[in-house]
Amino acid sequence: MNLTLKVWRQKNADAKGAFVTYKAEGISPDMSFLEMLDVVNESLILKGDDPIHFDHDCREGICGMCSLYINGRPHGPKRAITTCQLHMRSFGDGETITIEPWRAGAFPVIKDLATDRSAFDRIQQAGGFISVNTGGVPDANVIPIPKVIADEAFNSATCIGCGACVAACKNASAMLFVSAKVSQLGMLPQGQPERYSRVQAMVAQMDEEGFGNCTNTRACEAECPKEITLTNIARMNNDFFSAKLFREEHAHEHASGE
Amino acid sequence: MSEFKQTFNSSLGKKLIMALTGLFLCTFLIVHLGGNLLLFSDDEGYGFNVYANFLTHFPPIEVVAYLLYLAILVHSIYALVLTVQNRRARPVGYAAPNRSPASWSSKNMGLLGSILLLFIVIHMSDFWYAYKYSHKIGYKEYRTDLATDKTTSVDYVPASPTFEKSVSTENNVEIVRVKDLHARVAGSFSNLLYVIFYVIAMGAVSFHMLHGFQSSFRTLGWVHRKYTPVVCFIGTWLFAVIIPLGFAAMPVVYYIQSLR
Amino acid sequence: MTLEAKIPEGPLAEKWSKHKFNLKLVNPANKRKYDIIVVGTGLAGASAAASLAELGYNVKAFCFQDSPRRAHSIAAQGGINAAKNYQNDGDSVYRLFYDTIKGGDYRAREGNVYRLAEVSVNIIDQCVAQGVPFAREYGGLLDNRSFGGSQVSRTFYARGQTGQQLLLGAYSALNRQIHLGKVKMYTRTEMLDVVTIDGQAKGIVTRNLITGSIDTHSGHAVLLCTGGYGNVFYLSTNAAGSNVTAAWRAHKRGAFFANPCYTQIHPTCIPVTGDHQSKLTLMSESLRNDGRVWAPKSVEIAERLRKKEITADQVAEDDRDYFLERKYPSFGNLVPRDVASRNAKEMVDDGRGVGGSGFAVFLDFADAIHRLGKDAVAAKYGNLFDMYYQITDEDPYKQPMRIYPAVHYTMGGLWVDYNLSTNVPGLYALGECNFSDHGANRLGASALMQGLADGYFVIPYTLGDYLATIGPKPVDANHPAFAQTKQDVMARINSLLALKGTKTVNEYHRDLGHIMWEYCGMARTEEGLAKAKGLIHELRADFWKNALVVGENEEVNPALEKAGRVADFLELGELMVDDALMRRESCGGHFRLESQTPEGEALRDDDNFAFVAAWEYKGDNQPEVLNKEMLDFEFVHLTQRSYK
Ligand SMILES: Cc1cc2nc3c(=O)[nH]c(=O)nc-3n(C[C@H](O)[C@H](O)[C@H](O)COP(=O)(O)OP(=O)(O)OC[C@H]3O[C@@H](n4cnc5c(N)ncnc54)[C@H](O)[C@@H]3O)c2cc1C
Ligand code: HEM
Ligand code: SF4
Ligand code: FES
Repeated sequence: MNLTLKVWRQKNADAKGAFVTYKAEGISPDMSFLEMLDVVNESLILKGDDPIHFDHDCREGICGMCSLYINGRPHGPKRAITTCQLHMRSFGDGETITIEPWRAGAFPVIKDLATDRSAFDRIQQAGGFISVNTGGVPDANVIPIPKVIADEAFNSATCIGCGACVAACKNASAMLFVSAKVSQLGMLPQGQPERYSRVQAMVAQMDEEGFGNCTNTRACEAECPKEITLTNIARMNNDFFSAKLFREEHAHEHASGE
Repeated sequence: MSEFKQTFNSSLGKKLIMALTGLFLCTFLIVHLGGNLLLFSDDEGYGFNVYANFLTHFPPIEVVAYLLYLAILVHSIYALVLTVQNRRARPVGYAAPNRSPASWSSKNMGLLGSILLLFIVIHMSDFWYAYKYSHKIGYKEYRTDLATDKTTSVDYVPASPTFEKSVSTENNVEIVRVKDLHARVAGSFSNLLYVIFYVIAMGAVSFHMLHGFQSSFRTLGWVHRKYTPVVCFIGTWLFAVIIPLGFAAMPVVYYIQSLR
Repeated sequence: MTLEAKIPEGPLAEKWSKHKFNLKLVNPANKRKYDIIVVGTGLAGASAAASLAELGYNVKAFCFQDSPRRAHSIAAQGGINAAKNYQNDGDSVYRLFYDTIKGGDYRAREGNVYRLAEVSVNIIDQCVAQGVPFAREYGGLLDNRSFGGSQVSRTFYARGQTGQQLLLGAYSALNRQIHLGKVKMYTRTEMLDVVTIDGQAKGIVTRNLITGSIDTHSGHAVLLCTGGYGNVFYLSTNAAGSNVTAAWRAHKRGAFFANPCYTQIHPTCIPVTGDHQSKLTLMSESLRNDGRVWAPKSVEIAERLRKKEITADQVAEDDRDYFLERKYPSFGNLVPRDVASRNAKEMVDDGRGVGGSGFAVFLDFADAIHRLGKDAVAAKYGNLFDMYYQITDEDPYKQPMRIYPAVHYTMGGLWVDYNLSTNVPGLYALGECNFSDHGANRLGASALMQGLADGYFVIPYTLGDYLATIGPKPVDANHPAFAQTKQDVMARINSLLALKGTKTVNEYHRDLGHIMWEYCGMARTEEGLAKAKGLIHELRADFWKNALVVGENEEVNPALEKAGRVADFLELGELMVDDALMRRESCGGHFRLESQTPEGEALRDDDNFAFVAAWEYKGDNQPEVLNKEMLDFEFVHLTQRSYK
């Protein structure tokens, strides 16, 4: 199949970017979207041009590195998959495809289609952990966890940190991501001791990074490749208000793992 | 105190305020509609006028009313603050139109809210302000024969312009003299443009509620497998259908009546 | 040079405890005077960095991805072994040890493997305490499954994403230390060389992948946790960025590279569809618990299937050859990976392969669906079925999956002793990057175990011994070795950027992959390997003449990154072939056609090849020198593996 690509090109974080149009010819429907870009890039390199830069690594939908806002949707038109799992058979011959980077103040463009998502790391560093040192922990079967809780926590834990939720949200809010992390640890018995300090620390960092607020539009949930649900956000809100309004704990007294 | 400030300055805190004020406004919608239904009773505006007077003069209600104005104010201001912040969170927009599935109303709460605000301002200045602070509204005198329970009404011109209401009983006939807001309402609703504006505003209420009611529960963190569907049901049927229809019916019915 | 493996004396079960006691300790007050460099933040690196920081050392950690959470450990699906015996089915530390030694075809060290089995139980405790959501039973306790040819259920799992959950656990421990300021994290930073002073590792040279800035970092020790080199085959189940550069640069600075030819080919991957293919996707081998592997009995039927004249479900039961069940009645579809892979290749070589290309066999769930119901099958394998559907556009609930083996794991790696130290003092290798515990073949669910064992429970002890020995004197960051190594790195980058030929780096990589797969893949011969050696040599020479590398250093330049990695793969490929040529026996994943039993199984030659081959770099274009570390088996009896 033959396609026309409108791709955002931007040399670096400070440069002004613009759309450039490319032809992608002889594309097989069995190619993944990234393989299609590989083909375009090979031809650019052979012409001595700068290849289109995009983030990717595992190419099997789990590392969360790939991104791309394709025709108005993060990770493209299909539900519950990442861009690297998207195959060209999802597009029609002759179609024009617009490819943009994630857009959010907290995700500045690094080059072309790649953005800096280290804000997510910083949010997790602020409190997304259970403070246990290596060694000296009890036997794994000492704490039984009801299967429903374990399964629910697992559902939240499947987040791959790709940022599609931020990209999809009209407010560029990171609530789905943050709440998935907060929920996972907040639901498990191991996470209880720091449950309320954790949510405060993580929300504070989220705000500091400059993400938008949540309007519960559900765009994030619809675009999340791992189908993280909006319920996580409600869980986080509940914990946050409970922590702020009713509990004797402060973020600045946060027992930061000492 | 700074603890509170910190809480309410956070993204979640601002949303908490939106949700609480929003829900408070929702309860008001119910009360307000209940009162307005009196407009439909065929009593020459008696019940409605008494109710209007009650609303504006019963002290506890007055307190609630000021809370209400405050809620509208705070809700609107925070709506603005949040919207500005959300815009700032995405300084460079997308070129391709967003195709992520999300309900129209959820994406347009600001627009819907702005229509509501405009409506509320006009509505208040027309009725509430006119009622309370101007002398543009006439009076009516209702005479009810307590034996037969029949009410007749005539226009009434009080001696003093600050007259509000009087109730007296003469020979088994109860005489109630109040401001005739009912007439003002009937008058306004005979204006087609005015009616259209009302209906549009009620459409905005409907969509605002369609998303807003259940959203506020999510914001508060009250989500439950069993009860959330109930909340959605109430939000949809009561707040997004019955209430706006009820409000919209009045101007429409009055307009149709005025045509006769 | 004699290689000192430093395995402690004494009974197996006491070796590690005794060794721990004999290791020197670093005074707690002195720990903060040491700087440790950890390259790689996969399971091995993240767990090591976090644990060392908890002890009080200052850690600098590096990864080339944008976040430590994205290391390729994230992709592991199946599970992690531990000798917990929670299922009361006869498991024990000794059994896990024995299975691992046997599974590795007796080419691993007893002492190391026993220690691995011993600490495996602590790993699960640690992960659960961190909040890793392992699968549970209704009673709330942990669930296990049997995996990869083991006859006990000792595999802990987290749906189809055990690797991600374990890595997120280690990442959270790492995050906590970053938050506390004990770890400084450098993301999007690639290590390009090791700095040695007087033969000891004292630092590294890195390139910032955003600005191109070349920097030096000094430390008292350098830990390489940089993963495997499966991408030397171009197509593998590894991530696009997985590379050998860190290990290879260390090798060129003196660290021995052990058993490079031991590669694991995983039987259940989605077959190649065309030249455009950039990677292969593995589907957890847990699929073999319920799926049945077959190929058509006759070439004619296979031919018709390939031409799409008939579909798989139209092939009569009698025309199907469930070849694993037929040949290995007791293990059936659950034979170890190397055996399953080789048999699939035999079918294809026999002309009985299926799929458009003919390079596939079937993995059929019809029976399981019939027996358990579609819902039960979906509950177990739903995500894998979805993944298969996404990639192939075929519904495995209706048609059998097509599978074919793909390169998956590299047992070889930097040579390390019992302390995980390479032969360069101060330079350590952990996780898939070292060669240590899996011999010639790795059992399923044991790489995650090894990575975490190394990082959480081995290196915190063994590193202390070295640090106590050298003392806390600060490393002289102004030593000329730093400037010199940095200059070497820049020179190499400049020579890569000077390549303005006509062939892209990716094409060279693909060509190399073809050669490796063809001659150094599932079955190897003297003749083929000799041919491969020549081909790789030519390809490498051509690369340095005709490759095309665009862009400059001072920018984001993936073309340059790739060029550096492929240049290293081209050198590694040759060493792998040398190693495979040298090893005139079959063992585990290394199958020499010249050395097989009458039934066509791998035939070891214990008299001549019971050793670790540790290769020593002698300079550009010089043949590498083989050093042998003999393997002593005191406790297990070497037998021919049999899964009949
Ligand atoms: C698809 C797949 C499925 C698997 N399933 C299982 C399973 O079910 N069970 C099991 O036990 N094992 C499994 N394995 C094997 C196992 O996942 C790996 O062997 C193991 O995770 C390797 O961990 P690691 O920490 O050694 O390396 P990795 O996780 O690969 O980490 C390498 C790290 O090094 C960094 N790095 C590399 N080079 C450089 C450089 N030059 N400069 C700076 N940083 C660098 C990377 O950024 C990364 O952080 C699977 C492997 C694959 C590919
Ligand atoms: C009858 C009057 C009103 C009622 C009953 C009402 C009710 C609500 C409710 C329940 C919500 C949901 C809160 C949440 O998601 O947590 C909401 C949201 C909102 N309202 Fe109103 N509202 C009214 C008037 C207004 C007005 C006058 C404005 C603005 C000028 C406004 C603007 C908004 C906006 C922008 C939101 C979305 C906030 C967000 O989630 O980001 N509303 N409203
Ligand atoms: S919540 Fe979903 S969309 Fe958001 S980062 Fe996690 S996986 Fe990606
Ligand atoms: S590249 Fe890893 S999720 Fe897409």
